[in-house]
Amino acid sequence: MFCRDAVKLVAELNQTEDIKPFNEAVFRQVLEEVQSLFEENSKDVNTITEDNTAPKNTLLVRHYAMNRNKRCLLTYLFHRMRRLRQARWELGSIIPPEISKNLIKPEAQWFHNYNKSLATYMRTIGEDGLNILNDIQPPKSLYIEVRCIQDYGRLEFDGQSVMLKKNTYHLLPRSECESLIRQGYLEHVSS
Amino acid sequence: MDVSNDSNGLDNSAFENGGLNDAEAEFESDEEELTSDKALQVLESAWLNEKFAPELLPHQQLLVECMVQQIKHMEENVQRLTKGDIRINIHTMEICRIRFIISSYLRKRLDKIEEFAVHLLKEDARRSPDEKYMTTAEAQFARDYLTNIEKLFETVALQHMPQRCANFDLDAISMEPNLKKHVFARANKDIPTILISGVHEMEVSFAKGSQHIIQYSAIAHLVKDGSVQLI
Repeated sequence: MFCRDAVKLVAELNQTEDIKPFNEAVFRQVLEEVQSLFEENSKDVNTITEDNTAPKNTLLVRHYAMNRNKRCLLTYLFHRMRRLRQARWELGSIIPPEISKNLIKPEAQWFHNYNKSLATYMRTIGEDGLNILNDIQPPKSLYIEVRCIQDYGRLEFDGQSVMLKKNTYHLLPRSECESLIRQGYLEHVSS
Repeated sequence: MDVSNDSNGLDNSAFENGGLNDAEAEFESDEEELTSDKALQVLESAWLNEKFAPELLPHQQLLVECMVQQIKHMEENVQRLTKGDIRINIHTMEICRIRFIISSYLRKRLDKIEEFAVHLLKEDARRSPDEKYMTTAEAQFARDYLTNIEKLFETVALQHMPQRCANFDLDAISMEPNLKKHVFARANKDIPTILISGVHEMEVSFAKGSQHIIQYSAIAHLVKDGSVQLI
């Protein structure tokens, strides 16, 4: 049946919210299907004569199948790209290895370019630029209590430094630890 | 300790000569005079409007620049205070709040710009430079965003397809904001006639300070000229 593989790709997107390994095998199969549909069509297009219009319908079905395949492929790419973009906003400019190992080269390239244009944009705000990806939550207090859930090492801020070791508690300036919380090193302990 | 209520009062007394003047001067051409308090109010209402409006609203570049500058001045002022001064905490907190509003406002705009990039670029191309909804930087960001998508599509999929179906039209991913969405709104002044289009055309009026749930398209122009505040 036409497009079965292409639908597989889209269904894969629905299964989870994560960025799964790029499904190169299926992706290539779909591309091959497009190619073979195209070749068959180019062959049959010459057999149409005024008396014999039957191949027309075949051509049409193949044509739609081709377009559907193309659409599914682009949808697959587009949604992976949006997820990657979400990861950029939540996790920062460095992709964690568990995501980056699932990307193909052009996607990594896209991420790099996106990073660049985001940085260019943020530099234009005010005189020195403003990192608008900080301050995600409305601030409630200057310092918050956090628990370290993963070894991080030494964190330096305002001329002070603190050692973040697993299972230690700290009272830190909110602005310093916001990104660490999102990256999963710290956990906000609400009293 | 709850500092949220008194922070604004302190703001003025401590920072009256904080050097806001250049930022204000820039603004005077646009509006009469803008005190730091008033600027913050305008920013807050711009932020809420942007947050709840389905479409991208005209940019507020001057206002944002003014507030970023104010943050900088406040930060410098805080640094001049001696350590242990209670004002440090209160002002730092206030700086954080303003920075949150600015960031959240600009983030929301980028969100919409990515979503409606094709549509917005087309619309802005028709407007004169002074009336564009996006700032130059935002428009650049939108163009880069689209170029990057095209590049990704091209390298991974399109170039491996037969030439006849390898074309890709950006209009295919063009989305337009849903202007028929309903929004919560409060009238800043009396508005005698608002036309709600639809199967049954209807006319309503807003009294000053009243709150309504209404289709966005009916009040879009009122949001932009400031007579209605989205809440």
